[in-house]
Amino acid sequence: MGAVGGSSSCIRRRRHRRGPQRAGRCADPGPGRPIGHPDAVRNIGYLPENPYFYDYLTAEELLDYFSRFFPMSPQRRRQRRELVLEQAGLAEFRNVALRKFSKGMLQRIGVAQAVLHNPEIVLLDEPMSGLDPVGRRDVRNLILQLKSEGKTVFFSTHILSDAEAICDRVAILQRGKLVGVGQIAELLQRQSGFEAVIESCPAALLPRLQALASAPVLASGGHHRMELAEENVQGLLSLCATHSIRLISLNPLRFSLEDYFVELLRAGEQARGPDAAKAKAS
Amino acid sequence: MIPARTRRMAPTLGLLLAAWGASALVQMSVDREMARYRESPEILWISSGKVLRTLSLGHQSLLADVYWTRTVQYYGSRLRDHKTDFSLLGPLLDITVTLDPQLTVAYYFGSIFLSEKPPRGAGDPKHAIALLQHGIVANPDEWRLWHHLGFLYYWELRDYVRAAAAYQAGAKNPKARDWMKVMAAAITEKGGNLQTSLFLWSRIYDSSEDPTIRKNAAGHIDGIKAQIDMEAIEKRAQQFQVENGRWPASIAEMVSHGLLPGVPVDAAGFPYRLKPDGTAALHPASTVTLDYDHSPAPPRAPAP
Amino acid sequence: MIAAQTLAIARNTFREAVRDRVLYNLVAFAVILIASALLFGEISIGVEKTILINIGLSSISVFGLLIAIFLGIGLVHKEIDKRSLYSLLSKPIHRWQFVVGKFLGLNLTLLVNTLFMSMGLWGALYYLTRSFQPEDVYIWTAIYFILLELFLVTAVCLFFSCFSTPILSAIFTFLIYVVGSAASDVRDFGTLTKNPLLESLTTAIYYLLPNFSDFSVAGVVSHGLPVGSHLILLNTAYAVCYASMLVIAAVWIFSKRDLK
Repeated sequence: MGAVGGSSSCIRRRRHRRGPQRAGRCADPGPGRPIGHPDAVRNIGYLPENPYFYDYLTAEELLDYFSRFFPMSPQRRRQRRELVLEQAGLAEFRNVALRKFSKGMLQRIGVAQAVLHNPEIVLLDEPMSGLDPVGRRDVRNLILQLKSEGKTVFFSTHILSDAEAICDRVAILQRGKLVGVGQIAELLQRQSGFEAVIESCPAALLPRLQALASAPVLASGGHHRMELAEENVQGLLSLCATHSIRLISLNPLRFSLEDYFVELLRAGEQARGPDAAKAKAS
Repeated sequence: MIPARTRRMAPTLGLLLAAWGASALVQMSVDREMARYRESPEILWISSGKVLRTLSLGHQSLLADVYWTRTVQYYGSRLRDHKTDFSLLGPLLDITVTLDPQLTVAYYFGSIFLSEKPPRGAGDPKHAIALLQHGIVANPDEWRLWHHLGFLYYWELRDYVRAAAAYQAGAKNPKARDWMKVMAAAITEKGGNLQTSLFLWSRIYDSSEDPTIRKNAAGHIDGIKAQIDMEAIEKRAQQFQVENGRWPASIAEMVSHGLLPGVPVDAAGFPYRLKPDGTAALHPASTVTLDYDHSPAPPRAPAP
Repeated sequence: MIAAQTLAIARNTFREAVRDRVLYNLVAFAVILIASALLFGEISIGVEKTILINIGLSSISVFGLLIAIFLGIGLVHKEIDKRSLYSLLSKPIHRWQFVVGKFLGLNLTLLVNTLFMSMGLWGALYYLTRSFQPEDVYIWTAIYFILLELFLVTAVCLFFSCFSTPILSAIFTFLIYVVGSAASDVRDFGTLTKNPLLESLTTAIYYLLPNFSDFSVAGVVSHGLPVGSHLILLNTAYAVCYASMLVIAAVWIFSKRDLK
């Protein structure tokens, strides 16, 4: 995931062997070969963003065409073609011209063509962009299917809820630079807390409330709403008990990926310091 | 029943037809207006064959066909309109053969109609000779070009020396017909001669597929045949005069005296007339034309 | 494997052209034009066959040129513009295979189109003459030369398509065709001026730009005259050499290109 402009072009550049590379061992084409060599991609499948696949071809023709670029026998080609069509749920549309495909169907055929040669690594660039909920769900299921086959799926997205739902690990890119990476569970666990809603309390107590809270206390209606860390819960409860403030609700706060993302980006901006502020101001 | 869709289309269709009809009517008026501008003589915008060859981008033989077509139409329309000026004929032919030097029919056409005097041609035999010589250089195998060159010298210019030389040169080609050699000898010996002329015009008629050339040749053939006939009639009339001391009153009289088997008719089907002084003449209504300026001349006439 | 991959690209390029409706219109128009040549022949008896062959060969040449440019300018540019190129280059192929495959595919398309149009010409010829003369075989030579010409034009178009927009590619290709057709005149012009600078300039242009005037034999063939086999060999060699140069240049430019 990345701030706009960050991740997609980064993926494309890696794919097309130009620009600064950060290829890991997975993309090693072997000893003595330059990184741009076709052998480097034999084990990688790729789906570009907003794909276009020759609208004058049918689904089957497209897969047949692409399968010819891999060293497969004709029988194997047919086998893989059938299999990926089935997996993508497009078997009944095999003879339909691609110009008649909906966006969701196109993304699915895109994933299908990416895994034609049964690669270990699959790169998907914004696979769920522009899809309706049904389309998103279909693609999500496809990715999970690939995961169950033991493939490593690497996809970029702006939709954090999708990442949260299916990813094991996330990396956050800002302006092409890696600013955060890790398992989701770890990242999110780091900052959890509680949300408490209490009846309005006298003004004198506000400073003490604020001291317990991890964010500014909000007053609305006849209530105060505050976020606080786990260790301060006990403190709040005693405060309420002591001053007879009625506790209306106390719920654990799930720190979402979005929060993490925004916070990380903000930290990044601050790190770049006064220049960033100047740039923003101008 | 007219389907609903057609009924809905009807007003649009009607409007379309009305607009087209109006444009056609306006076009007719424009044609009438433009008629007076089209009276002016034709102009050749580009008169250089070489330039056209470059401009044609490799399609020069097609362009040659276009110019050949234009040449034929130019000649035909001016002839039909009884115009006497064929000034564009030469340039058009030059362009045609520059674009396609192997278009032999253009040389044949030019040799006849450039040299014929108005109203039948441009009256420019020198240009015709130049054209033929260009053709001979480009098509060394075409012996008929020598035939046309020789005939030009013979018929128009009465240069029997050069004529015979041309026939001689053409006869050298193994593909040439035997009569080429015969003609060379005949012209050297007899010079201008009705039989020779008839023979040569007949060869031109036989060998050409172009209808304009054939029509022209047929006309000359008929005229020469008439001259031959008239000479024969005059000879018989002479005979009559010697026998009877006076000229015959008419051809019918000659027939009744057994001097002629019947009343001779010309190629157009009209009977010949006899004048009081014993000379023959064509029927006034006859369409046959005589080439009196091509009448026989003694051999070895000087070149003009 | 490399050959199979390149041929797969060529076949797909051919398939794309065949499914493009505009192509059919152009071919149909060419066939109609050739048939109408039979009418033009009525004007001048005796040269109908010459006129038919001239119109036929010129039509095949012109329409072939139009198709070559029309399809050629989009060859590379369309794939980049629509971004289908990314999917293709993510497969294990070299960039040069893409360029060469496209080139071969377009030439295959032109070959098939030219054959169709030639059938129109032969049909019209049969209708006119009712029998074929032995010298008619040279018409095939003229058609073969047209194919060589189109082979060169395709290479020029491909070259421009690798770095230029479609409109500019079309204009450049057409201009080069025009100058190339007048190539020998350009050189003659230089020698006529007797100016050494101009002479060397025009000679350089003559050898640098493709010479299309070598291939026009319509004037010879329409009169039933033969074309020497020596010329056939030389023209083939010239087309292959020159086109190779352009394809290599195209591959080089394309390889260096940063595809955004």
